[in-house]
Amino acid sequence: MSSKTLFYILKRVVLALVTVLIVISITFFAMHAIPGGPFLGEKAVSPAVLEALEAKYGLDKPLFEQYTTYLKGIVLDFDFGPSLKQRGMMVIDIIMDGLKTSIRLGVIAAAIALAFGLVLGSIASLRRNTLIDRFIMVVTTAFVSMPSFIMGTLLLLVFAVKLAIVPANGSTPAGMIMPIITLSLYPMAYITRLTRSSMLDVLGQDYIRTARAKGVSYPGIIGGHALKNAIIPVITYFGPMLAYIVTGSLVVERIFAVPGIGRAFVNSITGRDYPLIMGTTIILASLIVLMNLLGDIMYKLVDPRISFE
Amino acid sequence: MKKNPLSMHIDVDAFIPATAEEKKYLVQMRESSTFFRDGARRLRKNKVAMFSLIVIVLIILSSIILPMFWPYSYEEQLGVRPGKRVDPSFNNLSPFEYGTTEQARIDAGESVFPHIFGTDSAGRDYFIRVVYGTRISLSVGFFASIIVLIIGLVVGSIAGYFGGKLDLIIMRIVDIIYSLPDTLMVILLAAILRVTLGNRLEGTALESIGSNILSLFIIFALLYWVSMARLVRGQILSLKEEEYVLSAKATGAKGGWIIRKHLLPNSISVIIISTALQIPSAIFTESYLSFLGLGVNAPMPSLGSLASDALNGINSYAYRLVIPAIAISLIVLSLNLLGDGLRDAFDPKLNR
Repeated sequence: MSSKTLFYILKRVVLALVTVLIVISITFFAMHAIPGGPFLGEKAVSPAVLEALEAKYGLDKPLFEQYTTYLKGIVLDFDFGPSLKQRGMMVIDIIMDGLKTSIRLGVIAAAIALAFGLVLGSIASLRRNTLIDRFIMVVTTAFVSMPSFIMGTLLLLVFAVKLAIVPANGSTPAGMIMPIITLSLYPMAYITRLTRSSMLDVLGQDYIRTARAKGVSYPGIIGGHALKNAIIPVITYFGPMLAYIVTGSLVVERIFAVPGIGRAFVNSITGRDYPLIMGTTIILASLIVLMNLLGDIMYKLVDPRISFE
Repeated sequence: MKKNPLSMHIDVDAFIPATAEEKKYLVQMRESSTFFRDGARRLRKNKVAMFSLIVIVLIILSSIILPMFWPYSYEEQLGVRPGKRVDPSFNNLSPFEYGTTEQARIDAGESVFPHIFGTDSAGRDYFIRVVYGTRISLSVGFFASIIVLIIGLVVGSIAGYFGGKLDLIIMRIVDIIYSLPDTLMVILLAAILRVTLGNRLEGTALESIGSNILSLFIIFALLYWVSMARLVRGQILSLKEEEYVLSAKATGAKGGWIIRKHLLPNSISVIIISTALQIPSAIFTESYLSFLGLGVNAPMPSLGSLASDALNGINSYAYRLVIPAIAISLIVLSLNLLGDGLRDAFDPKLNR
C-alpha cells in the first residue's frame, strides 16, 4: 500500500467522521425545533423519567450546552438517554436489541443478492441475446422499478396470506425468509444488470482474446480473467447496496413485523418517542456512512488503476 | 488549349442561365430540421417510450377528469347521513356491492352508481380514493421536481458562473448534503415538520395543502436540489470551454446567437431529462413516507397511504392493496421508461 493510498483512506475516514458529526448536529437541533423540545414536548412523560432527563441534560441550560452534553454522552459511552415511551428502557438498549435482528437480516440479504446477482449477470452476458438473457433482463427491470414496500406487501399477500407457505410474522426463523427475499430482490436485480453490462464490456477486451489464443480453458477465461475484472463496478455498488438494505429494512420490518431496528424506528416516529428517534437516526446514519466508507476503500484497494485525484 | 492564369479572358459558358434540370441539384431534398424536431422524431420512433407516454397521459387525464363527474367524493362516508345513525352496511363493501339504502333504491327501480372497487373501512368509495390518490401522488411528484429544478438551476448557475471562492463554498455544502443518508434525513425531517408546522398553519391559505405535503416540499427543497445543482454547474463549466463556442465566437457570432444555438440546446435537454426522471423518484419518496405514516394528512389519500391502510385488512381485502400497488408501479415504471426515451432522443452527446 502506497502512502498515497493511505492518505486517501485517511481523508475518507475524516470525511466520514465529519458527516456523522453533521448528522448528529442536524438531528439534535432539528429535534429542538419541536415546541418544548424532544424531552418536554410530550405531556405524558412520567415524572421519574423527567427527573432523570433534568439531571442528565440540564434542560434549563442554554441549547448549546445541552448539545455538548448530548454529544459527549454519545461519544464517551453510547448514551442516547432514556426512552420516553418504554418505561425504564435506555435508547441504546432498544437499538442494540433491534440491531441484532436487523444485521442478521441485512447480511443474509446482501450475501444472497451478491451471489445470485453475479451468477445471473454472468449467465446473461455469456448467453447474450438468447431467451435466457431476455428473460433475466425483463425480470430484473421489473424488480428494479418496483418500490420495496410494494414488493414486500405483494410477496406477503401471495406467499403468507394466499398460499400460506411461510408465516406472516417475522419474529421466527421461518418468518425471516420473506423479509430476506424482499430485501435482496432489488440489489440482486441491480447487481445482475451491473454484472451483465460490465461482463459484456470485459469480454470484448483484447486480453480475453489473448487468453483464448494462448489456449486458456473456458472456465479459466471466465473465472480468471473476465469475472475478476467485471466485478470492479459491482464493488462500487457495495456501499449503496447496504444503504438501501438499511432503509429498505424500515418498511420490510413494518410489513412482516420483524422485531428489528427498523420497526423500532417506525414505531418511535408514530409514538413520538423523540430520544429514540434521535438515537436510531444517528446509529443508522453512522452505519450507512461506515458502509459507504468501506465500499470506497475496498474499491480503491481492489483496483490499483483507479486514482482519485 | 492551355489557359494563362493571368488572362482576363472570360469563359462565356459560365454565364449561361441554368436549365431547370441543373437547378434541381440545388433544391434541398428535405426541409432543414431543428434540434427539437429531430428529437421529437426520434422519440416517436421509440415504441416503449411512446407507449409509456400514452399510459401517463391517460392516467393524468383520468385523475383530473374522473373526480369532476364522479357521484362520490374521496372523503364522503357513504354510511353517514346528517340526522341519522351511521349505517355500517356501507363499510367494507366488496366491488359492485351496495349499502342497504342503496339496495332499497335499486329494488325500487332507481339506478345507483356502482362502487367499482367497493368501499373502505370507513364507507368511502374506494375507486375515487384511488383516482384522487393518483392525482395527489402525481402532483406531489411534479411540484417537488419543479422546486428541485428551480433551486438547482439558480444555485448551480451561480456556482458555475461566478466560480472562485463562492463556487468552492457552495460545492462544499453540496458535498455535505450529498453525503448525508437522504432517506433517514427525510424521515427525520418529516417527523419533525409534521409537528412543528401543524399548529402554525391553522387559518392560513396553506392549510388546505396540509402540513405533511408542505413538509415534503420543504424536504425536497432542502435535500434533493444538490444533484441538480451539480449537473447545472457542470454543464455551465464544460460548455464555456467547448470548442464550438470558441469557433462560433471566432466566426463572429453574437452572444444571443451562441446562447440560442449552442448553450441552450446542449444544456436544456440534459436538465429537462433529469427533471423528468426526478418526478418518479419524488413520487416514490412520497409513497414511501406515506407508507411509514408520514405522508399526506388524513382523510386525503395518496397511493402510498392507501397501500399502507390496506395492510391492516390484507387477509380479507387483498385487492385494496393490489390496486394502489399496481397504480404506483405503473406510474413509476412508465415515467422512468419515458425519461429514458427522452434521454435517448434529446441528449446530443448520445447521437453520434
